[in-house]
Amino acid sequence: MSSKILKYIFIELIRNRFIIFYAIFLFVLSSAIIYIGHDSSKAVVTLLNLILFIIPLVSLIFGTIHFYNSEEFIQLLLTQPVDRKSIFLAEYLGIAFSLSLAFIAGAGLPLIYYGITVPVMFLLGTGVILTFIFVSLAFFSSVINKDKVKGIGLSVIIWLFMSVIFDGIIFVILFAFNDYPLEKFILIFTSLNPVDLSRILILLQINISALMGFTGALFRDFFGSAVGMITAFILLMTWIFIPGFVSMKVFNKKNF
Amino acid sequence: MIRTDKLYKRYGKFEVLKSIDINLGKGQITGLMGPNGSGKSTLLKSILGLVIPDSGKIYVKDSDIKNKFDYRKYIGYMPQIANYPENLKVKELFKIVKDIRTDVKEYDVELFENFKLGEIENKNFGQLSGGYKQRVTAAIAFLFSPEILILDEPTSSLDPVSTEILKDKILKSKSLGRLVIVCSHLVPEVSELADRLVYLIEGKILFNDKISNLINGSGETLGKTISRFLQNKTDKII
Repeated sequence: MSSKILKYIFIELIRNRFIIFYAIFLFVLSSAIIYIGHDSSKAVVTLLNLILFIIPLVSLIFGTIHFYNSEEFIQLLLTQPVDRKSIFLAEYLGIAFSLSLAFIAGAGLPLIYYGITVPVMFLLGTGVILTFIFVSLAFFSSVINKDKVKGIGLSVIIWLFMSVIFDGIIFVILFAFNDYPLEKFILIFTSLNPVDLSRILILLQINISALMGFTGALFRDFFGSAVGMITAFILLMTWIFIPGFVSMKVFNKKNF
Repeated sequence: MIRTDKLYKRYGKFEVLKSIDINLGKGQITGLMGPNGSGKSTLLKSILGLVIPDSGKIYVKDSDIKNKFDYRKYIGYMPQIANYPENLKVKELFKIVKDIRTDVKEYDVELFENFKLGEIENKNFGQLSGGYKQRVTAAIAFLFSPEILILDEPTSSLDPVSTEILKDKILKSKSLGRLVIVCSHLVPEVSELADRLVYLIEGKILFNDKISNLINGSGETLGKTISRFLQNKTDKII
């Protein structure tokens, strides 16, 4: 049943002006960076830093606003003979797929045009996974808050924490305890943030981890191995499934 | 067809429904009235499965609806406000509900045709006026010839011609043996359409009987009778 509803939600969203603007914006950004750098691997590094800010922000804010704006449509679906889980999944996947498509079409096409390399594939794959993660978090902040302003506020706080504050905490720890061997602790701690984890995974593919010193070597040793890659993938999937699962549980009991 | 047993719902400290018992049979139109915050919407939403009651039971066609969704195939719902996705075409909106209700093979397109929705079916929902949006929701509610119709302020945005078309359809549904629940603030509308009135106040039922019993040959209008009941509400709340 989810797929029938998903089809229409996806069709509606790819006509959405914001999604179209998002794709065009990423296309212009990606093309400009490649054009200026004349090199897709350099472009990957530059794009990485921008995308790691943009994807979480867009996914969280768009996902949250869309959920609240869809409340009456969700009510229409809930009054049909269909279970709540199917409606939740259709809404979630509809947003995640349409934002991912906009990302691939916008940021991906110029990169692919200049050549499909492993770092490019990692950048695109990680971008899609991050989209799914932050739409999942957007749904979490939407279902636990009846009030739209509170929901959007929580999403902004999640973005600030993941993209800015978390790194700040790491810097403070490193600065305060620089006499201690913190490499393993930092490895574990950064793994807990999907944004940092994505950054590490992509940087390791570009072989610039040497510039990151001993910690970079430790990252390369762990995340460069098959076990490390699988661990990273599981951690990223956990960030999709745990908020998604909790949100679905809350959605199943939610009063509309 | 619809029966509730000691239905109770609260939002925080605010008790919205306080032990509501109703029993509505087929072939009748029930008007659901009450002031703002009296629990009308919560009662309707509980029946529809949009709100989950804290306690009590709801039976639709003698079956307890708790944790079930299949019973909604018997219900057509027309909400008061319908802000559906603005980039979805009207025909796609109809297609979604048709795709969900695959068990229905024959559709009731009378309202679709009388409201001339064919002329706007390729328009995006966001482009429609409030009146057209309400026509679309009405046509969807009646599309599957449901045995139960729940209509929330059905004529609030409709022009006089569309209002008459919808009223005719409601009366026709009654004659076909369906149960229609009309939630409205408009006393003349309820008076014209309904046989029975359920009047809620502060989450309790003030009156739940046939309108003819309520007026009781007094020659009063329904509005005056309701006012009289409200003046004595402390004695009459059941």
